Amino acid sequence: MAVIKISPDQIKRKKRRGPKGHAVDLAALEEIQALLGDESRQRDLLIEHLHKIQDQYQHISSKYLVALAHEMKLSPAEVFEVASFYHHFDVVKEGQTPPPALTVRVCESVSCEMAGAHSLINALESGLGDDVRVQKVPCVGRCQHAPIAVVGQNPIHQATAESVTAAVDNNQIKDTITDYISMDDYKADGGYQTLKKVLEGSMSTESIMKKMEDSGLRGLGGAGFPAGRKWRIVSGFDAPRLMAVNIDEGEPGTFKDRHYLEIDPHRFLEGMMIAALTVGCDAIYVYLRDEYAGCRQILTKEIADLQNNPPSSIYQMPPIYLRRGAGAYICGEESAMVESIEGKRGMPRLRPPFLAEVGLFGRPTLEHNMESVYWVRDIIEKGPEWFSSHGRHERKGLRSFSISGRVNKPGVHLAPAGITMRELIDEYCGGMQEGHEFYGYFPGGASGGMLPESMADIPMDFDTLNKYGCFIGSAAVIVFSNQDSAKQLAVNAMKFFEEESCGQCTPCRVGTAKAATLMEEKQWNTELLEELASVMVDASICGLGQAAPNPMRCVVKYFPDELK
Amino acid sequence: MAANPEFMNKATIGFTMNGEEVSALEGETLIQTAKRLGTEIPHLCYKEGLRADGNCRACVVEIEGERTLAPSCCRSATAGMKVQTASERAIKSQKMVLELLKSDMPKQGESPYTPNSELDLWVKKLNVGEPRFEARSQPIADLSHPAIAVNMDACIQCTRCLRACREEQMNDVIGYANRGSHSEIVFDIADPMAASSCVACGECVQACPTGALMPANDVGLEIADKTVDSTCPYCGVGCLIKYHVKDNKILYTEGRDGDTNHFRLCVKGRYGFNYIHNPLRLTKPLIRRKGVAKTTELLDPNDLDKVFREATWEEALDFAAGGLKKIRDTQGKKALAGLGSAKGSNEEAYLFQKLVRTGFGSNNVDHCTRLCHASSVVALLECLGSGAVSNPVSDVSEAEVLIIIGSNPTVNHPVGATFMKNAAANGTKIILMDPNITSIAKYASHVLQFRPDTDVAMLNGIMYVILDEGLQNDVYIKKNTEDFEQMRAHLKNYSPEKVAPICGIDANTLREVARLYATSKSSMILWGMGISQHIHGTDNARCLIALALMTGQIGKPGSGLHPLRGQNNVQGASDVGLIPMVFPDYQPVTDPENQAKFEKLWGVDLDPVPGLTTVEMIHAILDKEVFGMFVQGENPAMSDPNQNHVREAFSSLEHLVVQDIFLTETAGFADVILPASAFYEKNGTFSNTDRRVQMGRQAVTPPGDAKQDLWILQEIANRLDCGWTYNGPEDVFNEMRQAMGSIAGMTWDRIEKEDSLTYPLENIDDPGQPIIFTDGFPTDSGRGRFVPAEYIHADEMPDSEYPLIFITGRQLEHWHTGSMTRHSPTLDAIEPDPIVAIHPEDIKSLGIEAGELITIESRRGKVVAYARADIGIQKGSMFMAFCYNEASANLITNEALDPSAKIPEFKFCAVKASAGGEIGVRIN
Repeated sequence: MAVIKISPDQIKRKKRRGPKGHAVDLAALEEIQALLGDESRQRDLLIEHLHKIQDQYQHISSKYLVALAHEMKLSPAEVFEVASFYHHFDVVKEGQTPPPALTVRVCESVSCEMAGAHSLINALESGLGDDVRVQKVPCVGRCQHAPIAVVGQNPIHQATAESVTAAVDNNQIKDTITDYISMDDYKADGGYQTLKKVLEGSMSTESIMKKMEDSGLRGLGGAGFPAGRKWRIVSGFDAPRLMAVNIDEGEPGTFKDRHYLEIDPHRFLEGMMIAALTVGCDAIYVYLRDEYAGCRQILTKEIADLQNNPPSSIYQMPPIYLRRGAGAYICGEESAMVESIEGKRGMPRLRPPFLAEVGLFGRPTLEHNMESVYWVRDIIEKGPEWFSSHGRHERKGLRSFSISGRVNKPGVHLAPAGITMRELIDEYCGGMQEGHEFYGYFPGGASGGMLPESMADIPMDFDTLNKYGCFIGSAAVIVFSNQDSAKQLAVNAMKFFEEESCGQCTPCRVGTAKAATLMEEKQWNTELLEELASVMVDASICGLGQAAPNPMRCVVKYFPDELK
Repeated sequence: MAANPEFMNKATIGFTMNGEEVSALEGETLIQTAKRLGTEIPHLCYKEGLRADGNCRACVVEIEGERTLAPSCCRSATAGMKVQTASERAIKSQKMVLELLKSDMPKQGESPYTPNSELDLWVKKLNVGEPRFEARSQPIADLSHPAIAVNMDACIQCTRCLRACREEQMNDVIGYANRGSHSEIVFDIADPMAASSCVACGECVQACPTGALMPANDVGLEIADKTVDSTCPYCGVGCLIKYHVKDNKILYTEGRDGDTNHFRLCVKGRYGFNYIHNPLRLTKPLIRRKGVAKTTELLDPNDLDKVFREATWEEALDFAAGGLKKIRDTQGKKALAGLGSAKGSNEEAYLFQKLVRTGFGSNNVDHCTRLCHASSVVALLECLGSGAVSNPVSDVSEAEVLIIIGSNPTVNHPVGATFMKNAAANGTKIILMDPNITSIAKYASHVLQFRPDTDVAMLNGIMYVILDEGLQNDVYIKKNTEDFEQMRAHLKNYSPEKVAPICGIDANTLREVARLYATSKSSMILWGMGISQHIHGTDNARCLIALALMTGQIGKPGSGLHPLRGQNNVQGASDVGLIPMVFPDYQPVTDPENQAKFEKLWGVDLDPVPGLTTVEMIHAILDKEVFGMFVQGENPAMSDPNQNHVREAFSSLEHLVVQDIFLTETAGFADVILPASAFYEKNGTFSNTDRRVQMGRQAVTPPGDAKQDLWILQEIANRLDCGWTYNGPEDVFNEMRQAMGSIAGMTWDRIEKEDSLTYPLENIDDPGQPIIFTDGFPTDSGRGRFVPAEYIHADEMPDSEYPLIFITGRQLEHWHTGSMTRHSPTLDAIEPDPIVAIHPEDIKSLGIEAGELITIESRRGKVVAYARADIGIQKGSMFMAFCYNEASANLITNEALDPSAKIPEFKFCAVKASAGGEIGVRIN
């Protein structure tokens, strides 16, 4: 049996050269010091600093990893475990070949798989040659344009082998930014007036808090916790308090946050700032998924613009720190995101304690999805009833549906909460694509389960789908047709969860892997799968493991014909 | 009267567990409450003593009203909570977790690496059947490390090893890399363990529930005949250890709980025991063959038979004692000298000094304390009236600020260092002052890499700031000290601006550090031999003491002075009088009252003149004043400075008796060698650096005809007409109690029962005093004294011919002269070669690559060693351990002495270095 052994001679030679472990290479250390400049070496910047190395060298070789550890007073193990957790860091050890400088990432999640991602991957793998790495990746948040390939940081919509090859050949590797509402335009339209009032105290925090409560706005990241109530809870804990904004939009099928950021970033920034001031947060951390390179450019510029041109010259706004994810779905889970902001592996925390009480850096933390604060200005200026006046089938409010799959008009559709799937397809999506017959849908991304066409008349909102073993989550709706297999899509989802599990708890780490294996069997052992599923739901630490069995269970429940 | 059980003082919370009304104690988790009440809940990632992580989910329970199950290791009861630990739903998850983990075990069966797998235990208890899932693809074994076998095919990713490594020992080697089902435990950046920065403390092995991490070579699979609760034979921390013994051999060890170490151990304590099973152990008395002349060369054990012949104990003892007696009776009592050992027990050390004082008839008795903390003890006695530490190491958790100076605790007091690192993690600020940046620097808020030899200037500069800025504690100074004004006047010449160019630390840093130390609620100073081993070692210590006195940072929790003791019993050996100027309990031999007391106790006339110290003995031999010596368990032919000189002296002795367990470098010069017992082969008490007197217990018997040291000492003594009748260590201990007020109240039975008692313990049933000087000092005036120290240079400064600074010390794996550790196959494999640590740029300037040989030469000698690149070493200096007989660092060192303490200047001499050279021959 193969074992790792090192001969005494090898050991001797190593020990003669240097102390135990990896010696710090002084030349590499100087390079790292130059790269980091006078930026802080504090631990929570680890991921930021790893990005700098990855950006500079297109990979992270062990000598830089060790030098960075030394520079940050961390152990190589601490840096390595973080670097190896995130997809976007390529650690290259001595003797290993670095990856090619250019990577083409092809999404293979549900919508893209339906759109032919795998044949695209095959074509690219054979066609692009050795100088380009083709990587299969989970959802990149552009599902309405499936299939997606990202060349460097340049997303190619409706990608084909030809269009990708052309981008590679022409070195088109940057994201392009389309026009959006600038700070001037936003201000011209009355923007930042409300923030100014809040800053200068002419609008009371209590009145804002009340409006938020009255609006019925619920967290739009997926969990649906009433926003106003959250503000009140967090503000009740001792200062200093912090705010963390989640733009790690990774749920397959979801792209609404990117949509709004690319159109009207200041509406988000104003809402965020009002939230922070109302709750009394001393600093704001914005966590943006690394896949959104264009949004990062926009936010970097617009945050700086806001900070340089504050609405009030008298009262200071809390600082905003933009933090860059590094390719990890789990970091969309709020406590995993907080860990990641702290520069650690994105492993969800056990709760209690909840983030509202013990959050970022151990402080009470107001955590919000980007879209949740995007609506704050409108709710305050138009009144809470504006928001709650929308709705259908006895539900209230608005939902931004990210729609992809076999419909004619995929994209973000702002629709009344409670709308049914059939209504959405008919009224907003221009019906099904030609040649496709409506067969079923994911109401809330890969984790929200699947429902058949026969159940397309259920009002879609928080709570309404729970009794069917589904949830609306971030309102990422993926429509599939008679040309798709629900079973196959469920396998895709489970493999996605297996890949994206943080690896912390047994039911999820081992459970998703065992479930994926069982689901690839021709004949499902539904009894064992169900037993495993119930334990994953009951005993996993976070929503990932708890929700992972949803599509699988839905296939058993709603698409039994496919299992015969 | 016994105190109330702890729980009676704690608040309780009423809740329901499995239908019964029960009470949880405040702070208790559900699993702890359940355990206390006799209810078992399966668990794997949870281990008492480690932070609960809640990742395995084997301990999930049902809490009424909650959507999902909750990990009982991470949840506490709230009033009225209804908990089901064994409901159908809870059991279903518990069993599934176990089944999932078992499905990924080797062959989906029981752990092949340990009979004590906790997974196997719970699988059996819960009747988990054959796994119904496919196994994962398994990682390959990592058998690279000499001490630890890594079989990750048995890993359940519970991260107990990681928490042990990162949060408990804080060695930061183990990480949890990758994600999802690819998650794996790694060393550094997924390196083979032997190539990683692992220091082999073995805490991970002790933490692992499934045998994925085990002692190497499958010893963990053997079933021990017995276990023995004892301590560690290495450093002054004095860890408590359980030895697992089979067929008169130690199989493996485990840390025990106690204030010294809380289950923790280091590589030496955990894996370094096997030197006692080395076939090179001495098993027969040996007498030098007639006509074989002594030379200054070290004796190769292969030539043992040519030089020595076996003898019976009777013959050897007669010969040994006869030779000593003849010199005593013909050349006078002062023609004999004895070197005892800080490795022996208190009882052995006590009898050894008694043998010299009553059998030889002089005070010519010393031991290696002279080479380590003699100067610290002199300064402490002079200033505070007691040579003992003021606070235990564990008190670092109470300190807001720690100054660690001239000490490399992660190497020399590894388990003590873990508590310092833990303190830092909890907010204590560590100020590291050292010419070399050592690994604890990672945890320090301030690192002062000052120029070697400039301690006094730097410390005076810090004290200047304290007085300049009025940060001194006037109330304390007034109440508890004397000669302060003298100190104030003296410090006027040491402004930080003035000392900065001397010590190389800028004035602002000195000011910052001074403020931090002086104004914190509690500040503690820990120091090592970087302070003591200078010709100004006593001055260095005087400065540290003055620093504590002027700020009142002494005599309360977290505030004090702690010279970290090197040997496991250097504290005890000094306490019992194994030093030439004092009787037991530091009672000066010059004081007639003390003379009378001991003459009465021992029934003989005693010499009123202090005897020779270690280095003075060497000079006295060469000066033809000392002709015979008895060396027990010490190795001056490796440990003393300027070895050429030392070896010349030993080769010229008329009669040398060596009592040891190996043919040490010193034993090669002997006329008779008495094979003795190792630590594990006898009972006795040992006093650690905290003043804890701890019980060492016999685990195995000595090999062959080797004998226990107490027996040998008594046999020699009685041949010198002492008439001793001790029946064992307890008898000796009881006599010590009569001689030493500090332990008068300590009974053998109580140490047996409690394992560890702290002195002063003057009356029976006293609790002992971990913190002393709480109310003044045991000086004549009851006050602590300020003793000013002027900055002076080392004896030998670098010059154009010898431009570099040579500093000696120890390495983690090798103890002192290596007589124990280099005979341990495990430790020897981890550090096999003589290395000298040098800054990589200095290596470059020699025109060689790291790992190549260099020749180091001083005015006294030269050695050849491998140049190890170490960025922590100050440029222009080098560091070497003195354990390698093929490259004996003490050939280089300077025997210049501190005038007060007679400690040699091991920490500074001038050398030159050149590329290349031929490595010496290792002689054992």
